[in-house]
Amino acid sequence: MLNYIKLIVLGGVALFALIAANYARDVAYMVNALTIFLIAAGLFLWTLRNTDEPVPARVRELSYMDDVVRAGVIATAFWGVVGFAVGVFIATQLAFPALNFEWAQGFANFGRLRPLHTSAVIFAFGGNALICTSFYVVQRTSATRLWGGNLAWWVFWGYQLFIVLAATGYLLGATQSKEYAEPEWYVDWLLTVVWVAYLLVFVGTIIKRKEPHIYVANWFYLSFIITVAMLHIFNNLSIPVSIWGSKSVQVFSGVQDAMTQWWYGHNAVGFFLTAGFLGMMYYFVPKQAERPVFSYKLSIVHFWALIFLYIWAGPHHLHYTALPDWASTLGMVFSIILWMPSWGGMINGLMTLSGAWDKLRTDPIMRMLVISIGFYGMSTFEGPMMSIRAVNSLSHYTDWTIGHVHSGALGWNGMITFGALYFLTPKLWNRERLYSLSLVSWHFWLATIGIVLYAASMWVTGIMEGLMWREVDANGFLVNSFADTVSAKFPMYVVRALGGLLYISGAIIMCYNLWMTVKRAPAVEAGTATAHATPAE
Amino acid sequence: MSDKKDTKRDDLDYETTGHSWDGIEEYNKPLPRWWLMVFYATIIWGVGYTIAYPAWPGVRSATAGLLGWSTRGAVAEEISAQEAKLAPINEQLASVELASIAGNPDLNGYAQNAGAAVFRTWCAQCHGSGAAGAKGYPNLLDDDWLWGGSIEDIHTTITHGIRNEDDPEARFSQMPAFGRDGLLERGQIDAVANYVMTLSGEEPDDAALVAEGATVYADNCAACHAEDGTGDRMQGAPNLTDAIWLYGGDYPTIRETVYNARFGVMPNWNARLSEAEIRAVATYVHGLGGGEAAE
Repeated sequence: MLNYIKLIVLGGVALFALIAANYARDVAYMVNALTIFLIAAGLFLWTLRNTDEPVPARVRELSYMDDVVRAGVIATAFWGVVGFAVGVFIATQLAFPALNFEWAQGFANFGRLRPLHTSAVIFAFGGNALICTSFYVVQRTSATRLWGGNLAWWVFWGYQLFIVLAATGYLLGATQSKEYAEPEWYVDWLLTVVWVAYLLVFVGTIIKRKEPHIYVANWFYLSFIITVAMLHIFNNLSIPVSIWGSKSVQVFSGVQDAMTQWWYGHNAVGFFLTAGFLGMMYYFVPKQAERPVFSYKLSIVHFWALIFLYIWAGPHHLHYTALPDWASTLGMVFSIILWMPSWGGMINGLMTLSGAWDKLRTDPIMRMLVISIGFYGMSTFEGPMMSIRAVNSLSHYTDWTIGHVHSGALGWNGMITFGALYFLTPKLWNRERLYSLSLVSWHFWLATIGIVLYAASMWVTGIMEGLMWREVDANGFLVNSFADTVSAKFPMYVVRALGGLLYISGAIIMCYNLWMTVKRAPAVEAGTATAHATPAE
Repeated sequence: MSDKKDTKRDDLDYETTGHSWDGIEEYNKPLPRWWLMVFYATIIWGVGYTIAYPAWPGVRSATAGLLGWSTRGAVAEEISAQEAKLAPINEQLASVELASIAGNPDLNGYAQNAGAAVFRTWCAQCHGSGAAGAKGYPNLLDDDWLWGGSIEDIHTTITHGIRNEDDPEARFSQMPAFGRDGLLERGQIDAVANYVMTLSGEEPDDAALVAEGATVYADNCAACHAEDGTGDRMQGAPNLTDAIWLYGGDYPTIRETVYNARFGVMPNWNARLSEAEIRAVATYVHGLGGGEAAE
């Protein structure tokens, strides 16, 4: 019966997408409509072939649902490399503008590729890392299989479709022009549906847990899922110009729109890249260290303080703009009070290692997790500092901001994700160990040196250009023109691109290592292999 | 909590909470004291700061803060302090004879610096930060001037601009689009382009067409660009005998210029800059190397 409903829905979607492609008012919309048509039509045929066929015996309800996590590991590694590659390319474009080739204008110039890079690393790489680790962690720490059966697969594939539609849309010019919220209205609708399904799977699993308490990692994951849903909906309130075109008009305008955008933008950092990844940290760090978490009390206090305070910090992105002073003050004050709650996570992560510090010498995965916590601590100190109005008047609009974001993204989000992938791959594919620990060390050092080059070069150019912009002579006249500051940055732009190159080299080594782990590493002996969904005593 | 003196030091002295999730346990340790103290300190500082500065929104307006500070107020203060400081010399700059500025070392030094700053902010976008220009935007370092290179001429150009629609006194002239508007045949345009190349000593693209081009030039171009091709500054008609080209001196570019004509526009800066600033930047441009003495 379910298959008949599926057939009707898929047929309807395919037909509508084909009509939409026919009436499309712009190329991006047409390409997106054709993509949806091909997928819906393919699924229609596949479902049709399976309809009224004998159904295989019900899968083992007692085991964890790890297929979707395995798919997530692959997607994370894949999108990571794609996102880093685009990043290295656009960094090189900034250093050598001739790489904005004449023949590629309109799809591969910096303006089109930049949102592709940010969305690929944040949403495709980071998002897949969060979805797949949250599915893994919530099952283990709730000692139960994922709720909702194949709904988890819809979350996974729906999310990949969102990424593909958003990415092709950017290249062809569909954008809302809101940073980190570029996808147009229909892609936003798709993400909303996927995200609600994600919430249902996650909450459903927590509700049917067999452990008496909810583990701290799951608080963080849940706060991330709920808050991102809220942010996504409010920042994307827009009215399509036509249902046959990609363009839409925002409901808010002027400073209200700017404030909504940065309320969204900052909390994308706060809940997507901080709270969600703290969820990862709270599972993988104690697992890999094989030590108890440092302090339960600290985890409660810093969790509630973090989620209460973060949501107010957005206005610090709009200092010295049309935003009223009172909002700007509140944004700054909450950002500074946020400093310690952010560091609570760092303390709980680092101090969990007390008694196991020797592992840093022997275990490169542990080293990766620890340095990611280090970068987390550094960028959550730097962030509040940059939110101070006086500091911001120097740092805003400069490359310092880019350096700050990347020390967080490459250092914290990237490194902890790599650590999690190294942890997960042998477990998910039933291998005794990774293919090569020395390759992990290579990855660690390449990535670390890459981040240092990236962050240091951006600090130098950022502070330099901030100082050059405001440099005045004895009579108060500006000393530099804007173009002077651009040409002064050239050497640092080359260093930055080099840092990115080292970072992606490390990631490619990781992909090779994970691949060889699945292909070559010795398997875990049969019998102990299957992970049963039973509570740990 | 942490206000109790904590004498336990080693992990072994602490209990875990008793739960275990997939093998993960949690210690029941207190909050680190320094962490809690810094957290409290930031909260106290935050309360104080929001009392001192504009912060808490009400129904119609927000608290203004005890210090009475505002971003706009701070900027206005800085600007007015700067203006007050420079008011005497700006008044002097705005009122003296333009031609006398160069002879007054103090005033000239000030105008050069001020003009350089104005140039970097407003002019460099088109004319380049080194004033060397770009295609369609004149080089200001050489002594080739479209509308005149004396300080008065430069001052007028900056004040009113060129071919803009905002200032009725803007400098204006328009070259006919000889090809697009059908004033000349294609063959005639090819010919005159070849002839124009010879004016500045360039090797023509097709020497056989030069003679015909000379006739076309005399009939159509000489009125503005002069018989000998030296141009006319009264109409902003460029000198064609030097090797300096605004849009390019190769054969296809000259043909394109004759066919479609050009219509370069410069804004009138009297709408954005003060008289003192305009005089300063005129002094700066005049001093770049190509400035001419007043007639």
